[in-house]
Amino acid sequence: MHYTKAILVSVSTVALIWALNRPWGSIPAFGPLLSPFVGFWQNAETINTADEDVILKGTEAPVTVIFDDLAIPHVFAQNDHDAYFAQGYLTARDRLWQMEFQTHVAAGRLAELVGERALPLDKFNREIGMVYGAEQAEKAMLSDPNSKLIAEAYTAGVNAWISNLSPANYPIEYKLLGYTPEPWTTLKCALLLKAMTSTLASGADDLQMSNVRRVFGAAVTNDLFPDYPDHEDPIIPPGTKWEFKPLNIPDSADSLPINEPLALNWPARDPAIGSNNWAVGAQKSATGYPILANDPHLTLSLPSIWYQIQLVSPTMNACGTSLPGSPGVIIGFNKDIAWGVTNVGADVLDFYKIRFRDASKQEYLHGGKWKPVHRRLEVIKVKGKPDIIDTVYYTHHGPIVNQAGQRGFRANIPSGYAARWIAHEPTNELRAYYLLNRAKNYDDYVAALAYYGAPAQNFVFADVNKDIAISPNGKYPLKWREQGKYLLDGTNPAHDWQGWIPPAQNPRVKNPPRGFVSSANQFSTDPTYPYYINWQFAPAERGMRINQRLTAMPRVTVDSMRQLQNDLYNLRAATTLPALLPALKASELKGEYAKALNTLTIWTYQNDTSSIGATIFTEWNRQLMDAIWKDEFDRGDTLLTRLPSFDRTMQLIQRDSTSHWLDNVNTPAHESLSDVLIQSFRTSCDTLAKKHGPIGPAWAWGKHKATSIRHLVPGLDAFSALNVQMGGGAGIVNATTERTGPSWRMVVELGPQPKAYGVYPGGQSGNPGSPYYQDMIETWRMGKLNELLFLQSAQDKNPRIKRRMILK
Amino acid sequence: MRPIGVPMESRFYRHLTAAFSRVTYMIEVLLIAILSLVAQLVLPWWSLAIVSFLVCFWRSEKAGQAFFYGFYGIAVVWLIYALLIHFRTDGIFTGRMSELLFKMNSKVLPGLVTAILGGLVGGLSGLSGFYIKQATGKQIINHRT
Repeated sequence: MHYTKAILVSVSTVALIWALNRPWGSIPAFGPLLSPFVGFWQNAETINTADEDVILKGTEAPVTVIFDDLAIPHVFAQNDHDAYFAQGYLTARDRLWQMEFQTHVAAGRLAELVGERALPLDKFNREIGMVYGAEQAEKAMLSDPNSKLIAEAYTAGVNAWISNLSPANYPIEYKLLGYTPEPWTTLKCALLLKAMTSTLASGADDLQMSNVRRVFGAAVTNDLFPDYPDHEDPIIPPGTKWEFKPLNIPDSADSLPINEPLALNWPARDPAIGSNNWAVGAQKSATGYPILANDPHLTLSLPSIWYQIQLVSPTMNACGTSLPGSPGVIIGFNKDIAWGVTNVGADVLDFYKIRFRDASKQEYLHGGKWKPVHRRLEVIKVKGKPDIIDTVYYTHHGPIVNQAGQRGFRANIPSGYAARWIAHEPTNELRAYYLLNRAKNYDDYVAALAYYGAPAQNFVFADVNKDIAISPNGKYPLKWREQGKYLLDGTNPAHDWQGWIPPAQNPRVKNPPRGFVSSANQFSTDPTYPYYINWQFAPAERGMRINQRLTAMPRVTVDSMRQLQNDLYNLRAATTLPALLPALKASELKGEYAKALNTLTIWTYQNDTSSIGATIFTEWNRQLMDAIWKDEFDRGDTLLTRLPSFDRTMQLIQRDSTSHWLDNVNTPAHESLSDVLIQSFRTSCDTLAKKHGPIGPAWAWGKHKATSIRHLVPGLDAFSALNVQMGGGAGIVNATTERTGPSWRMVVELGPQPKAYGVYPGGQSGNPGSPYYQDMIETWRMGKLNELLFLQSAQDKNPRIKRRMILK
Repeated sequence: MRPIGVPMESRFYRHLTAAFSRVTYMIEVLLIAILSLVAQLVLPWWSLAIVSFLVCFWRSEKAGQAFFYGFYGIAVVWLIYALLIHFRTDGIFTGRMSELLFKMNSKVLPGLVTAILGGLVGGLSGLSGFYIKQATGKQIINHRT
């Protein structure tokens, strides 16, 4: 009796402890998670104002770190090594989980953390060659003494933090997901940069375009998918002279005709991921010095994408924002210059159809010769399961993505397509940033940019010598016109990338007569630029609006730049509604439809939070596109195509209003433009009514859009900022959509003493238990900026300085 | 042991003896609390179970009592520590974790669940201590007879 009880109770106690000590699926180990000694309680933080000395191995001399009221570190080091060591240490201290998680994902190691369900994503990242690309980049990084120094010092700094970390102090995500941090490496720095390339330069619709051409023929495709839009205001102002002798452009070769229907669902470029930047010259500015502004638009997430920092050493004093995982300042300024970036959107990912000799895939045909295929074994660890080995086949073009018979991530890429991707090139972006952080003038800026590879960025520039400039800059393949608009033939050497556009011949403009430079992901140049970069770029509206405003502004100040960043004017609506509304037979709309039409008619084109017109227009825009094109172009999953652009659609509506494309081929009736407009307008109202009820305040743009800034782990709503009430939208200068938006806003006023302002939607700490986790979101939402403290020495006095840390 | 100057039959005296017996009761709870606290500062969280087990193995007389010792000894430590952190950090994380774990934003629930969970493990370990002591103790008596 006693034995039974003793055994029963003891065994259940042990079982309970065992059960509480391990995770169950996605349910974390509750014992250690709830323990106040090691669990989530330990992650709660308070505002720390105490100075501290930290004894570390790895610095060459003591480093002073000054924290301001937003917990932004200002690093004063006595040599470069220590500056980057401190950056690594401080970034890890605030963002360790994020930086490791992002590089795990980039390396195709998510299944290791969350199990089988991440396998398709991991395979995708392995097959597109993320690790292979990072290895190439790491080699390039380590072959240059300066980038080697900063990558290694940064890595040592991160590891100094990790090695002093006890499990109780692990970031909360490790406790929830049940794993532990591993040492940082220089490869991870490279992986982080590849992750940015993947975000900004991996969209492709080559197959969709090939299918369109196959179904509709070349003439229709050229007509509906032109290589330059109807409305455009390119980054390099038209009329700018190209002061170089271009290389010979390779001869055009016929693109691969596709005989069999192929299903490839490669993620297309996300048009909401873009950015704005501009610099206004001295003659237009109220201060007599240039003013520069930048706001990169990304998928908003927490922990925040950016980490603010000031880095001071005998060779630099750079301030701005960095990417956790990469040394240096990515967007910022120093005493002499300021710079910012937006994405170019060059076509730097192409697919080549490969002909293997046989099923063993040991050789492939190229230029009439059989060439060897290299194999790379990708070992994917899976949580709770045996490892999976994925063999990836490499040709000289690149790796074969989505191999025969394997269903891939979001995708079903035809067997034997090799991806030629810029991310596989051994480029050294760190070197470019190293030089940019120290640049003093325009020449230094140009010299720095020559080392920059990918993802190609529009680098805007302004300096204290009153020069302004912009350059859509990156490593661009030398292509024939439209090369890579469609799938390419991997057997034909004429389809290979034929070398590179020399960096000195990248598009660039300095001090244009109009007195400002700007970019918003639109076309880099007009068609006079001798080289081919891409046939499509982001819609022109944002760039046109910015240019209209900058042209109209006489005496620009920091505040007018801030206001322009928050501009809510819907240029697309303003230019198209006056054409669409008269064509809509208003008398045919009754009741709720008439109310909606009236709302749209009196709308002032402002995408503010309370606007109902913005909601109706956005939905109608979408429905109208579908109504015009989907009857012909939507062929389901069996034959993926894509729709023409809105720019081309408006051209059709305005200049060819009897076009056969307007008719819905699925109905016996013949639809006119007016019919299509009415039908799509009704559908839009019905869709919105179904979602929000009868037209009223529930249709307000802010509520409808409900911007969310989500934690990187899907479903962690408790650590996310949901339903952030913010105006803007796709194609609006304030480009805040449901999930994407300005991930950082900065305005820098150059001058004898530069003044800079900035904010990002989040906070310096990646810890949801910290007061600095999302303390800047409200400032961001209100469209305000914080002044960026630009200290000149560790002895500077400023009321915003909260505490000091000495690393020694 | 009657305190000098206090009449034996006074209500005060009755209260005092009751309080004293509660204090002797409290010794085990206190012992578990202090020892488990020290253990958890250096050892994994489940070291609390060993402490509770050993203390109850050493001195507990009834099953309910052993569970009580373990439960309160651990629950008190977990609750007080959790509350300490909660108030020191203005409860900044308590609400978020409550939303994450219990799908409701409560400042009370995480502390309560923490205390109960710790207490449960402590209580069951104490109970195990008592039963094993009883089982092995009986064995020894059997040997002697």
